[in-house]
Amino acid sequence: MDLDPDGIFRDDSDSDDDFFHERESSKEFSVYLVDASPKMFSAAGTHEDDKPESFFHAAVKCILESLQTQIIGRLSDEVAICFFNTREKKNLQDLNGVYVFTVAGRELLDRPTDRLIKEFSNINEFFMDSIGSRYWIEPASRENSLYNALWAAQALLRKGSAKNVAKRILIFTNDDDPFRNISGAAKADMIRTTLQRAKDAQELGISIDLLPLSSKEFNVSAVYAELLGLQREDLPMFLTCSDEKMEDMCNQLRKRMFSKRKVKTLMLVITSGVSIAVNSYALIRPSAPGAIVWLDSVTNRPLKTERSFICADTGALVERPRIHFHEFRGDMVRFTVEELAEIKKVSDGHLHLLGFKPLDCLKDYHNLRPSTFLYPADEEIAGSTCAFVALHRSMLRLHRFAVAFQGSSSHPRLVALVARDEVIGSSGQLEPPGMHLIYLPYSDDVRYPEELRIDAGNPHATDEQIRKASSLLKRIDLKDFSVFQFSNPSLQRHYAALQALALDRDEMPVVKDETLPDEEGMARPGVVRAIEEFKIAVYGENHDEEEAAARGSTTDASKKRKAMYEVALKECAGYDWADLAENGKLKDLTVMELKNYLTAHSLPVTGNKQVLINRILTHLGK
Amino acid sequence: MARNKEDLVLVLDVGPTMHAILPDIEKICTMLVHKKLIYGKSDEVGIVLFGTEETKNDLQIEVGGYLHVTVLQDIKVVADAIVDTLRELPRGTCNGDFLDAIVVGMDMLIKKFGSTNKGKHRICLITNAQHPIKEPDEGSKSDQVNTIGQMMKTYGVRLDCIIVSLKLARSMQQKIVDENVDLLDQFSRNTTSKIVCVDGPTSLLGALRTRNISPVTVYRGDLELGSNMKIKVWVYKKTAEEKFPTLKKYSDKAPRSDKFATHELKIDYEYKNMENLDKIVPPEQRIRGYHYGPEVVPISSAEWEAVKFKPDKSVKLLGFTDSSNIMRHYYMKDVYIFLPEPGNIKAVLAVSSLARAMEEMNKSAILRCVWRQGQTNVVIGVLTPNISSADNMPDSFYFNVLPFAEDVREFQFPSFNNLPASRQPNELQQEASDNLVKMLDLSPPGQLELLKPDLTPNPILQRFYQALDLKSKCPDAEIPRLDANLLRITAPDPGILSEQKSQLDNLRRQFELKDNPKKRKPRTLALTEKPSGSNVEDAAANIKAVEYQNSGASVKVEQIGCSTPLKDFEQMMARRDGSKWVERAIKEMQDHIYGLLENSYKGDNYQKAIECLLALRDGCIQEQEPKKFNDFLHYLYKNQNTLDLRDFFDLLSTKNITLITKAEAPDSDVNMEEAKALLIKNEVVSQDY
Repeated sequence: MDLDPDGIFRDDSDSDDDFFHERESSKEFSVYLVDASPKMFSAAGTHEDDKPESFFHAAVKCILESLQTQIIGRLSDEVAICFFNTREKKNLQDLNGVYVFTVAGRELLDRPTDRLIKEFSNINEFFMDSIGSRYWIEPASRENSLYNALWAAQALLRKGSAKNVAKRILIFTNDDDPFRNISGAAKADMIRTTLQRAKDAQELGISIDLLPLSSKEFNVSAVYAELLGLQREDLPMFLTCSDEKMEDMCNQLRKRMFSKRKVKTLMLVITSGVSIAVNSYALIRPSAPGAIVWLDSVTNRPLKTERSFICADTGALVERPRIHFHEFRGDMVRFTVEELAEIKKVSDGHLHLLGFKPLDCLKDYHNLRPSTFLYPADEEIAGSTCAFVALHRSMLRLHRFAVAFQGSSSHPRLVALVARDEVIGSSGQLEPPGMHLIYLPYSDDVRYPEELRIDAGNPHATDEQIRKASSLLKRIDLKDFSVFQFSNPSLQRHYAALQALALDRDEMPVVKDETLPDEEGMARPGVVRAIEEFKIAVYGENHDEEEAAARGSTTDASKKRKAMYEVALKECAGYDWADLAENGKLKDLTVMELKNYLTAHSLPVTGNKQVLINRILTHLGK
Repeated sequence: MARNKEDLVLVLDVGPTMHAILPDIEKICTMLVHKKLIYGKSDEVGIVLFGTEETKNDLQIEVGGYLHVTVLQDIKVVADAIVDTLRELPRGTCNGDFLDAIVVGMDMLIKKFGSTNKGKHRICLITNAQHPIKEPDEGSKSDQVNTIGQMMKTYGVRLDCIIVSLKLARSMQQKIVDENVDLLDQFSRNTTSKIVCVDGPTSLLGALRTRNISPVTVYRGDLELGSNMKIKVWVYKKTAEEKFPTLKKYSDKAPRSDKFATHELKIDYEYKNMENLDKIVPPEQRIRGYHYGPEVVPISSAEWEAVKFKPDKSVKLLGFTDSSNIMRHYYMKDVYIFLPEPGNIKAVLAVSSLARAMEEMNKSAILRCVWRQGQTNVVIGVLTPNISSADNMPDSFYFNVLPFAEDVREFQFPSFNNLPASRQPNELQQEASDNLVKMLDLSPPGQLELLKPDLTPNPILQRFYQALDLKSKCPDAEIPRLDANLLRITAPDPGILSEQKSQLDNLRRQFELKDNPKKRKPRTLALTEKPSGSNVEDAAANIKAVEYQNSGASVKVEQIGCSTPLKDFEQMMARRDGSKWVERAIKEMQDHIYGLLENSYKGDNYQKAIECLLALRDGCIQEQEPKKFNDFLHYLYKNQNTLDLRDFFDLLSTKNITLITKAEAPDSDVNMEEAKALLIKNEVVSQDY
């Protein structure tokens, strides 16, 4: 019987990993279906440097960006890039108008490699020559390239079980009605077969998504709504973006390309008898360089790590222990793993609402780990969305946040639920509507280092000083600062170095550290003056001179050091060090005597006697 | 260890008005001593009571006065005996004078330590401050407080006051309390003292700092505003999660007779060749491999060292920005505090003027920090002002780490405004929800904030220390139930819920929430819920796959839903298209019952649970699976403490629902007496409580 309350056989250390990293098992196979019809090559908008760019370019750019993210962070994901409405054909079924792009050493559907990215980034240059563009859905050709594309994609996604792999087809197109050139019964027939093909794919657990490249006049309901199986209520999602700026369109596409991965479904218990289901998403988690594997340096083959438990008393090998102990009053107090799990199980796995507080009760120091995002899910409990939205609105209107207890078995915590309204910018949704779950500290987690400073000598600033600080604030203002505008220099450097080493490049690529302050801006006269005025206001006129003077005068510690140095110099002058070293007599001296030499010559004095002797010998050049 | 040694005198009010809360005070003081026994074995503790009938202190003998102050325990190194002393504090009969008691505590500290070990002496006063202190012979009360404060400063004694404010009947008393709080406040002029007001036992548990962690700086150095302007700051952690203690692994291999056995287990790692598992690869032959796409790139540590990112130690200002640009949910980690360098008036002023200007203009500062030389990453974060409320405390900043571009996943979610009308709340529903938010107010005007994080103890750690104490005395003891005071943290206050019953009923009526039996996962969240969730998803996928196979045939019951569990169970048991259905039916029924019990509020689900349990019992007898039922009942029995099932088991015995006996099913290895015994055992247990 499987009545093992969750996780009791896991180590404590495991739980944190779960929290911070997405599960490796959630694999995703995607096929990017890019329309290559002539229409896609019309100018979409202007880029920063006024060069017109086509819709096709935009699609390629977005796919490239997502490939780059994937190669770094999503090791197990696999992709295939497939063009349709092409002149040439290359696919498993030998269908007209479909071209599956790949590079040597890689299957059609496989993990992205460095080579794929490199060749794909040049595709604009050779596309017309080697692949070509042609519109197929015409009365004369009798071919249905959209149908063919879906069929080819479905064939690519045949591998992998639907159980642990999420399969997706993403269609990039700017044509809302691919069948407009056809009419009569032929059209109806084509639409019917295409829809059937899409339905078949969906029944096999493949989700189909559409990334319309010109949303303003893109009429989703013409063909695609039915093809995607969209409900009427989902339609508005498609009409939020604008294609005025190329940048915005790319942003929009990039966001849509990543499928939402939920962490899990939680029950939010509002009160006994009123529980709603919410999905939780990890929108913000620190990304770290991937895990390392140990290799055999001779063969470069991975090694198998084996862990064994050894009894410290007898040296015997032991099975994974089920009993742990903690010392208390000199005794060993034993706990079984089940008992430890029971201690941690103070509540069921649900989220229990405890009450509401005004927003200013949530202090800046009430934080421990990255927040989790909650969005209602109607699939499990019908009516959840309605109740969630009502609560969300009430909290926003009354300026309250909710306090709740999350009774998860590994990490039960008091949490704050902060409602956030949707924020929409020119590139679409910037902040999603929903609630953010913030992990609150317990009293055991809060420290009070400021209390060490309780003293009479802590003056507060005068109004004049505050005024000067205010004008400084106005000068150095980051107007449109966005929280995640910087990429992590450490991580960038990591992957750049890895790439260089992997491909045996001699030169290390230069990675710009975006996080350094803007030297140029800081050197503007207005800023310099504001800083200078603030400095005089709080530090006084002659601060730099005073500092210099303070540095010049010796402190107690440096006086002591100087005295020690002089003593050591005097002491060590009494020996003929070269001679002692020559005859191997250094070991006859005491450690103190050896240290005198080292101090007198400003060498480190750490280590045991042999280390000290070696250091002296090295210094003497022996 | 000795460096952090603390000398603590507990000064406890045991006067008549305190009697109600004394059991809780006993509890937290015991907890304090327990924690000291683990983390501060050389700490010393003394106990002074005031408001007692009798008088017993040195000062009374030496100079007279100081009536009704009793030294219960002289200052001595923590030991079990102190726990015994605290088990039952004498109930006092007089209204004590807390100032007298503080003086007695001070006297004990000074006599024992003089001016050694300064700054590590602490007096902790717990009182409700409801009674005025007596007028001094000369000067005013506040003069007296100042004199004592001076003494405290000289000898480096800190004062923590915890004022328990229970509901006051008369406004007259409120005046006295205010006067007393003012007096205690005066201490903070001269000394390190702190006053915390608590509203009840839960926050009392959190208010007393039971473990002393001396703060360590993360960074000492310049906060660079520009190349020309620097502020000397010290950075500390403001919050840091106190983790569940790591227990050592126990080995029972040592012979019983070996008195010096350590019983410890060592963990050993071996790296083996994949092809030849007998071959162990020595450490010098190992090399790290880094994933890059499908490739694994071997890189030696020397090579890696050469190309690693190595920023210089510094804290630099990037600029200021409107606080509204940085939303609360972007805070990534535990929080730091930036304090001006101690003793540096210029730094104090610079921090103070910046902080106040930021507060006024609603701005935050963005910093780039490298705390240590040799650190391989940088931190981008936001600095927010923390204006000090007290005159003698410097202004400071809180610092929160912000995410990098790589750390954010920009998922898109449908807008609430575009939802179809069926998923939007109507006016009545919105009103009910508004009322809920107003009703469950944890910070009612004019009262103390409830469940303040700063005063809310970690229920799991509390429970662990209780269990540790219990098990050290009696190794077979069961894990204690969660203390009633700690239940306030994990579940809403039943008092408020019953007070507002009509409002809640209205809420329940307004929102129609229906389980979706088709999509709904088996109600096993509590049983199989794993943070990773992989199993659950697999199960869901399984079910889907099965559905797919069976589509076309008439809809068969494959799950036990919440609406008609009994019917679903019968139908599943009756399915003959596979032996797995019986097993699954039993499993799901068990999960369903467990779910019912777990979500039961004051036993409201017991009736349903009993019906289901009966059906399960009959089913198990019929299918000759007595063990499945018996194991489950045992399991429930074992978990009755966590689930609060005592009443449920009482109900079972009245209904005579027992384990399945041999007479009923030949496979069972339980005879009649044993079956009865389980329930009787329970009755005995419940009488104990």
